[in-house]
Amino acid sequence: MSALWQADNLPVWLVVWPTFGAIVLFLLPARWRGMTGVSFALANGVLALVTVFFVMEVGVLRQEIGGWAPPLGIALALDGLSALFILMTAVVGGVVSVYAKIYFTQVVVDSARSSLFWPLWLFLWAGLHGLYLANDLFNLYVVIEVIGIAAVALAVLSGKTRAMIAGLRYLIAAVAGSLAYLMGVALLYGSTGVLDIDLMAERLEPGLTTRVAIALMLGGLLVKTAVFPLHFWLPPAHSSAEPPVSAILSALVLKGTFFVILRLWTELFGVSLTFMAGQMVGVLGACAVVWGSFQALRQERLKLVVAHSSVAQIGYLFLLFPLITVPATAVAGGFEWAPLAWSGAVYQVLAHGFAKAAFFLAIGVLVMATGNDHKASMLNMVGRLPMTTFAIGLAGVSLIGLPPSGGFLAKWMLLSAIISSGQWWWVPFVLVGSLMTAGYVFMILRLAFAPSQHEAELKSVPRGLQVCALLLAVGAILIAFPAEWVIDLLEGTSTFGEVVRAGAPVNSGEVGP
Amino acid sequence: MTWNEWIPLIIVCSSLVPGIIIFFLHEEAHRTRTILNLAGALLKLVLVGLVYLGFRTGEVYKFQFQIMVDLEFMLRVDALALLFAGLSSALWLVTTIYAIGYFEGSSNRRRFFGFFSVCVTASTGIALSGNLVTFFVFYEFLTLATYPLVVHSGTLKAVEAGRNYLFYTIGGGTVLFIGVVGLTVLAGPIDFSQGAQLSGLLENSAFELKLLFYVMLVGLAVKAAIFPLHGWLPIAMVAPAPVSALLHAVAVVKAGAFGIIRLVYDVYGINLAVELNVLWPLAILGAFTIIYGSVRAIFQDDLKKRLAFSTVSQLSYIALGAAVPGMISSTGAIVHLVHQGLMKITLFFCAGNIAETTGLHKVSELNGIGRRLPLTMGAFTVGALGMIGLPPIAGFVSKWYLSVGALDAGQPWIVAVLLGSSALNAIYFLPIIHAAWFKQPPAEGWRDLRPKRRFEAPWMLLFPPLVTALFSITSGLFAAMSWSPLSLARVIVERVYFLQ
Amino acid sequence: MEWGRAKAGAVRGRTMETHFIYMAVSSALFSVGMAGVFLCRHFFKKIIATKIVGAGVFLLLVSIAERDADTFADPVPHAMVITGIVVAVSAAAFALALARRIRIETSRASFEDEEAAE
Repeated sequence: MSALWQADNLPVWLVVWPTFGAIVLFLLPARWRGMTGVSFALANGVLALVTVFFVMEVGVLRQEIGGWAPPLGIALALDGLSALFILMTAVVGGVVSVYAKIYFTQVVVDSARSSLFWPLWLFLWAGLHGLYLANDLFNLYVVIEVIGIAAVALAVLSGKTRAMIAGLRYLIAAVAGSLAYLMGVALLYGSTGVLDIDLMAERLEPGLTTRVAIALMLGGLLVKTAVFPLHFWLPPAHSSAEPPVSAILSALVLKGTFFVILRLWTELFGVSLTFMAGQMVGVLGACAVVWGSFQALRQERLKLVVAHSSVAQIGYLFLLFPLITVPATAVAGGFEWAPLAWSGAVYQVLAHGFAKAAFFLAIGVLVMATGNDHKASMLNMVGRLPMTTFAIGLAGVSLIGLPPSGGFLAKWMLLSAIISSGQWWWVPFVLVGSLMTAGYVFMILRLAFAPSQHEAELKSVPRGLQVCALLLAVGAILIAFPAEWVIDLLEGTSTFGEVVRAGAPVNSGEVGP
Repeated sequence: MTWNEWIPLIIVCSSLVPGIIIFFLHEEAHRTRTILNLAGALLKLVLVGLVYLGFRTGEVYKFQFQIMVDLEFMLRVDALALLFAGLSSALWLVTTIYAIGYFEGSSNRRRFFGFFSVCVTASTGIALSGNLVTFFVFYEFLTLATYPLVVHSGTLKAVEAGRNYLFYTIGGGTVLFIGVVGLTVLAGPIDFSQGAQLSGLLENSAFELKLLFYVMLVGLAVKAAIFPLHGWLPIAMVAPAPVSALLHAVAVVKAGAFGIIRLVYDVYGINLAVELNVLWPLAILGAFTIIYGSVRAIFQDDLKKRLAFSTVSQLSYIALGAAVPGMISSTGAIVHLVHQGLMKITLFFCAGNIAETTGLHKVSELNGIGRRLPLTMGAFTVGALGMIGLPPIAGFVSKWYLSVGALDAGQPWIVAVLLGSSALNAIYFLPIIHAAWFKQPPAEGWRDLRPKRRFEAPWMLLFPPLVTALFSITSGLFAAMSWSPLSLARVIVERVYFLQ
Repeated sequence: MEWGRAKAGAVRGRTMETHFIYMAVSSALFSVGMAGVFLCRHFFKKIIATKIVGAGVFLLLVSIAERDADTFADPVPHAMVITGIVVAVSAAAFALALARRIRIETSRASFEDEEAAE
């Protein structure tokens, strides 16, 4: 067995370090938690960089914990996709941590409650790392629950009634979702006798039980990813949390379960899927795009606009599945659009992660300055809070998918993949979604330029908070440039760019939530 | 990388960097801001001039950055790019001076000049784009950069106009997006190679090619304000005078017209476009817009609105010229890109001067204004006569080439359209000139306002229209010289028709 | 019943019917619980509904532990159930604490009047 500090143990460190941080932060006196929390976040960033370099140099790493091989032991897997998600978590999480440090020391005075943020956040971080590395279905269940509980605890941190009711709703949806997932895992375990994803993929046979199990697992994960029509819990929960928490929830937590779906879809479900299953998930995504944008256009409160926008943006991610799920009868080879679809979806994750976090942080600044988040509080902001308005503008550009931004690249790749795969029926959804996004983003920006009749005095907001929001927004633009590097990294993923050849012929049966 | 590879990027960044720095400057740092702006504008102009000299001796300027497979950011200098880059950098310098004078003492100048520089970055980027994707990136970037300028005054009317503007341009951008993606999927990354990539697809995918041409044409027609997609332009008139001037002469509308030229000559290539028979809708719409814009202009009493409808009309000369195959007609279209810019910016500068010094906005109030603002109205007269097409002003040259080109292509109806348009131009411009010079000023009002300073208006407001008016005359008068826009246009056209 | 090829070999020990009963009961519990989660509005009813779902899942897990009648029971599902119970209990405790706080602060006990309250 290798020594603890050897690179082979990197996956373990990725999980242990934030967990250790959570415990330390829980034990520390409240007044030290802010600085220590930021230090742990920075250390996580260093760890993430090491991880990325490791994956680029060495490639996919599979580690059997304690030297026990599955099925008896538990394995962790680190590949390009997980490295990329870890890096995104580190960057977004790092900036959000700095924001939170300023926010919870200078804005929120209730130190007892706000200092709970740090242990919970590090705990959530550990859970996310566990999620990206898990190669075992039951391990996934545990980390999903850890993330769910930590996320709800963070969401109710403000102690407002609205937040607590939203949090309870979120918690119950999350628990029900993960239990549905666990039910599916139990069925699969019953038929294969293993939990390790790779081993199970070898043993899994298409059949009724497998299909029911897949439907249950997918259904549970779709609830947690807030895919239409299972998104009901998201808008109240995300809109009532504290700004740094909203940023974490929308940028990172939602993407966690998407990551799981992507991994299971390509590595485990494979031949057990049908062409129609992909199409149905795609339909859900397309409906989410339209419905979420429509709802966002109708909201009066900015945080709700942004929360509904998350529903829509998540919808784009699910257009990946119909594109990479082809009938078994399809001619071999020639799926050159699949890598494009993959990297498009991953880019959408990155772009939305940066842009949405920036959006929530900026609106947090706005709320601090004006005291509320009604649309009218945006009036004449371009003169009064130029940096924050600019951050909202940049984040909005990326959400709409205008060049040059990460969102543009995501839309470009998805649209190219859609057209070249011949599934042209998704095109209108992508375009209408963009236009509607432009609608609500510019609805906000338009107000920022409009004159206001009675201008209340703005409360002063620490400059650091505004800088954090702007940094993330600039990040959402800049991630467009290292695209080649990102795709290189993704190519270190075992299933990157592959299509799933749905086992059964078209129309023989349907699988879906 | 060699020097020649970096130059296109430096040309683009020479306005972007000052723009970004300006955002971080203090609102009151007027002097620093002015120096930055002028330094950037001068640097850009000098660089474009150097590149022009180098280009004539056969140097290649090309900057490439591979974003991902099939998606390359490429800036490249060719003759058409030089023409448009030269136009935007020259007019940027002039407009910057004008804007500094215009905004003297008003608030939010940091924001204005910041976005103004970014906006010019976008239009230089459009000029230097070496492939379709880069063009699209800058085309959309331009939409974003101009929005804050349109709504700059912050009045409800401006905000409404901004909404309208976005409604059209984002919609057009989305349509263009689908066209660009579709064409890339069909034929791989599209360089501006006169249709070399597409002509091979003629046999199997003629329908797709046609469809994508129309889709992209619609996307570009929004910014080029071709009927029925011109609605945003007259409404966007609420913007401050320097913005209207730049918007109408170079930035937004020219991006659309330039895009149409690129689409016809460089993406599809004139031969393929003729073979696909896709140009006639553009010709008909262009011709209709020429007449329609002129007729609408007659009935506008607001001076800026009248000029706006005149822009709608004049822009379609470019589209019409591009739609008629033939060297002469193409030369007319390309040279009008520059000539219309010079003349129209003069007119808008003058309208701004009139409004600034006397507070007048309406055509019906301009009686005798020539006595108060003789130099301004002199420039205005040059611009207006040029628009009508009077020799030796620049407008005559483009109209001449367009008409001869139409006859050459066997489409005499276009000559009728052009003549009709000239008559209409005269109908809506001549009364202004007549009233300004020959009518008696009203007894009350601005008549008592004597110039406080040495000139009739602050020199920063006065010189720019004089300079552009002078340019309008010289580029018409010396059209045969080797450095004139016309000569450059001929170089471009020769390349389009012979070097395939 | 096709699930489990190991099962197919089981001749002695419990019969297929026994497994069918386990299976039926657990899926009934699961469905009833899920229906409760989505249909009930009262906080406690909803929380209890999640517990019923959990019971269904755990019952299934315990029942599949017997993979082969000849050998010992498979310990992995038991470990999963224990872990699952711990997770479920903590989630339920958290939910109850939240419900209690909401009850104390607003005297509300269900999601019913939520829209009206906003």
